[in-house]
Amino acid sequence: MFVITEINSTVVIQPKDFNKKVDEVCKYELNRKLANKILHNVGLCLYIHEIVFIGDALVKPTDGYVCTQVVFRVVVFRPELGSILTGTVRKCERNGIYVSLGFFDDIFIPENKLQFPSRYDEVENVWVWQYSVGNDETHDLFIDEGEKIKLRVVDEYFFEHEPVGSSEEIQQEQEPSYIIIGSINECGLGLDAWWNQAANNENDEEY
Amino acid sequence: MEIRNQKHQVLTNYEVLMALRTVKDSKSSHSTKNLATITYETIQYLENTPCKDQTQENIENFIIELKKFGRLTKSEILTMINDPPTLPVHIQLIVEDSEERLSETQVDEIIELSKKYFPNAS
Repeated sequence: MFVITEINSTVVIQPKDFNKKVDEVCKYELNRKLANKILHNVGLCLYIHEIVFIGDALVKPTDGYVCTQVVFRVVVFRPELGSILTGTVRKCERNGIYVSLGFFDDIFIPENKLQFPSRYDEVENVWVWQYSVGNDETHDLFIDEGEKIKLRVVDEYFFEHEPVGSSEEIQQEQEPSYIIIGSINECGLGLDAWWNQAANNENDEEY
Repeated sequence: MEIRNQKHQVLTNYEVLMALRTVKDSKSSHSTKNLATITYETIQYLENTPCKDQTQENIENFIIELKKFGRLTKSEILTMINDPPTLPVHIQLIVEDSEERLSETQVDEIIELSKKYFPNAS
């Protein structure tokens, strides 16, 4: 789920950093700019892996800052569509399940991508898979908060946000810049306990 | 900012965990709050996955042994390293059209290999 992305960008170096090594300053500035930030259509940036090329330093007239073209590689979290991820259930709502990985919180499993048939329990605020055991009987399998859940990445969305003006606007909740849509409606997805138990039952039947 | 190559290289969770530990250890005046946060949170996540017990040697040998199954794609092998399969149903999830591409014996062999090289994956 992690890739290395190669980017070409400009780094501004301030006069107070002129005595330091150029590549260290570039790495520091790039980490400061990108670490833990979502780059549109790229993913969640983690850290700078390496600097590939540093161009000439051009001095800005009247300011004394220096602009350098830098080509670098950054480690990015961007799971491939169709890949499998394991996360923790953050909360269940009517419209689906929110899953978190700790360092990335915006994974959503919509209700139409849950195991069929599932129902939402209003009392406990959890989704429940009504697993059929034959003879019109069902066994309720709960998807509780904090449980580890395995899902398949089926879609992703990037949202670009306008620059925020006044401090009042900052208070409003914005859509996350990067959302991953997951699905658990296949054999083997969902809570691990569901399938481990099934495998044990099968083995028991053989003896 | 120009993206020259979005997918220059793909990394296993193990490689990222090792690199992040180096970043964490080398931090002094070189890191900022954001870098420290993402490093800490990602290490927390990765240390709860099978990659924390993996070694480079195990991963390399696993890949070599998987080659004899011929037609597994890079991304399928990567998924098996990051999340070693322990049940046939996992293979079904990871390998597309697994019923056509792998026989039942082969599926069991892959699970045996996964348990051999990554014994602590639950």
